[in-house]
Amino acid sequence: MTLHSPVAKTAAETELAQAFSALEKPDGNRAAAISAFEKIGLPTRRVEAWHYTDLRAGMRRAAPLAPAPSADSIAAARAALADRERLGEVRFVLVDGHYVEELSDCAPEGLGLAGIAEPAPLARADAVVLLNEAFAPAALCVVVGEGAALAGPIEIAHFTGPGEPLAVYSRIVARLHPGARATFVESFLGAEAGGQRNAVTQVSLGAGARCEWATLIDDSPDLHLESQFVTVGSDADFNGFALVSGGGLVRRQVFARHDEPGARISFSGLSLLDGKRHADTTLEIAHGAPRGTSREFFRHIVAGEAVGVYQGKVIVEQYAQKTDGVMKSQAILLSPTAAMNNKPELEIFADDVVCGHGATVGALDPAQVFYLEARGIPREQAEAMLLEAFGVEAIEKLVDPVLVEAALQRARAWLSRRGTGR
Amino acid sequence: MLEVKNLSVCIDGKQILDDLSLTVKNGEVAAIMGPNGSGKSTLSYVIAGKPDYEVTGGDILLDGESILSLPPHERAAKGIFLAFQYPVEIPGVATMTFLKAALNAQRRARGEADLTTPDFIRAVRGAAQSLKVDFDMLKRPVNVGFSGGEKKRIEILQMSLLAPKLCVLDETDSGLDIDALRIVAEGVNALRRGDRSFLVITHYQRLLDHIRPDVVHVMAKGRIVATGGPELALELERNGYRDYSEQAA
Repeated sequence: MTLHSPVAKTAAETELAQAFSALEKPDGNRAAAISAFEKIGLPTRRVEAWHYTDLRAGMRRAAPLAPAPSADSIAAARAALADRERLGEVRFVLVDGHYVEELSDCAPEGLGLAGIAEPAPLARADAVVLLNEAFAPAALCVVVGEGAALAGPIEIAHFTGPGEPLAVYSRIVARLHPGARATFVESFLGAEAGGQRNAVTQVSLGAGARCEWATLIDDSPDLHLESQFVTVGSDADFNGFALVSGGGLVRRQVFARHDEPGARISFSGLSLLDGKRHADTTLEIAHGAPRGTSREFFRHIVAGEAVGVYQGKVIVEQYAQKTDGVMKSQAILLSPTAAMNNKPELEIFADDVVCGHGATVGALDPAQVFYLEARGIPREQAEAMLLEAFGVEAIEKLVDPVLVEAALQRARAWLSRRGTGR
Repeated sequence: MLEVKNLSVCIDGKQILDDLSLTVKNGEVAAIMGPNGSGKSTLSYVIAGKPDYEVTGGDILLDGESILSLPPHERAAKGIFLAFQYPVEIPGVATMTFLKAALNAQRRARGEADLTTPDFIRAVRGAAQSLKVDFDMLKRPVNVGFSGGEKKRIEILQMSLLAPKLCVLDETDSGLDIDALRIVAEGVNALRRGDRSFLVITHYQRLLDHIRPDVVHVMAKGRIVATGGPELALELERNGYRDYSEQAA
């Protein structure tokens, strides 16, 4: 790997350094993270993992760091959340990246809320992860006890208050003990133009645990950077999903690892892109133990001058025999200026595995559009029906019906906005 | 009902229809027969408004009104229905969803209220029963995994639900066995009415044994070269299209 060292600091990098020096007594981990970041700087396209997303060019300035929420911003969050449907039985609320107990529900039986804690370092030499380690407030930690099965989904609502656009960092740690079952939905809301977000989620599953984790991004920050770390114990099952229908420049990076045998990891997602938006989904799934299964299924609808990116790397280590991996990424481009970059990769060091990948980019099928029109369905509605059908196949990888409905509603809202020529 | 006047049509610079004129009266069943490549399917697509075709001359009138400038969905709302030779598969869209969207879009275009769900289901059940379509099949995605016969029956089911004025059947007999052909033909016959016309496009006389036409037109090289009664179809069955192909050339 070539490490690129920028010669001169950009304005954003200088502002990040200044923001860090203004922090009150940062601990050693934070100091180590910022100094590691300063060595590599914001990634350009010359960094392999960032080949299709030039963050250095996309992040010209660093927005001021969001302070702990004031009484006013807590009141604004309370009002905004009151108008909004609840996605889960239980809701935990972060305002500007800080966990706010007074807006959150009590933890149900079986769910331990370890409250806030300084998380351990992530040991990942990635600029976005390092910045989160340097700046994120203490993490919200949730623990699902051994064998506990939580009834409905748990929502983690990331609320960004109105006013001056800020940089919001957040960190969530979720631990499912052996045999635990839980469904989580992370929703990002309230961010507006100029806002910058850097969220990290760490999920670990003990043996035989099952977890579904949906992420819904439909607000409008300039920058949505998100890193998800997933580790699974033996015979555990993790099903992750993300709907990206908002955000100017979005980078979702997922680092998942099979450490013990027989586990299943699935990731799916739907990206809906219009205007000049850019959404990058980058996955790295490492099979470090035998009999693991991984499934990736992503769909992208790209309109206007938007750019979609999918990078999926599946690594099968030497001892990970009987690995079964299938990866698919499919895109529909709706305009001649829309672009999609698909980069599936397999690195296989074991000799008894079944792994495959497929990537397609196409347009709506004119024969299908005409068939619907010939039955009286106006063109825009016909296109919306076909696009919804394309997207639904990704959404239906979710199991929880509440989450399916929530994702579907947001996808439909995006499609109808597109139909009215927003 | 339908008047095609001196219609000339090109696709990719190649002339397919050449000064074609044709009239279908109210309540009439008109058959168009012709050899492969004579432009029969093109005529049906141009009537329905498929893009890609360039109309270089002439006009198409429905009840005296030109429809050439209308997009396909508006032509459908005015009562034109094309039963496709190859019905298109649409994965991910349930047939019921599609039928409801089509029916309500046409109703809205005519200023009528949407059909309530119970009324809609009742209408579909009735149509499905008479066409021997398994109702559960309509929960599946449009045409996906349907046999040739099932696809054609679903086309006729749509025709029955949408109650068009002008039904254009583009080689509805292709790919059908004898039993399926009979069911489809019975479905069409049940829809015959004084204010509904049919344009039945076919290669073979066979379909016309079941759907008896009032008029038979012979098409060759993009124009109508002969018009007669049902006996013309029988004559073609005996002698083939050779006479007419030479006449057009």
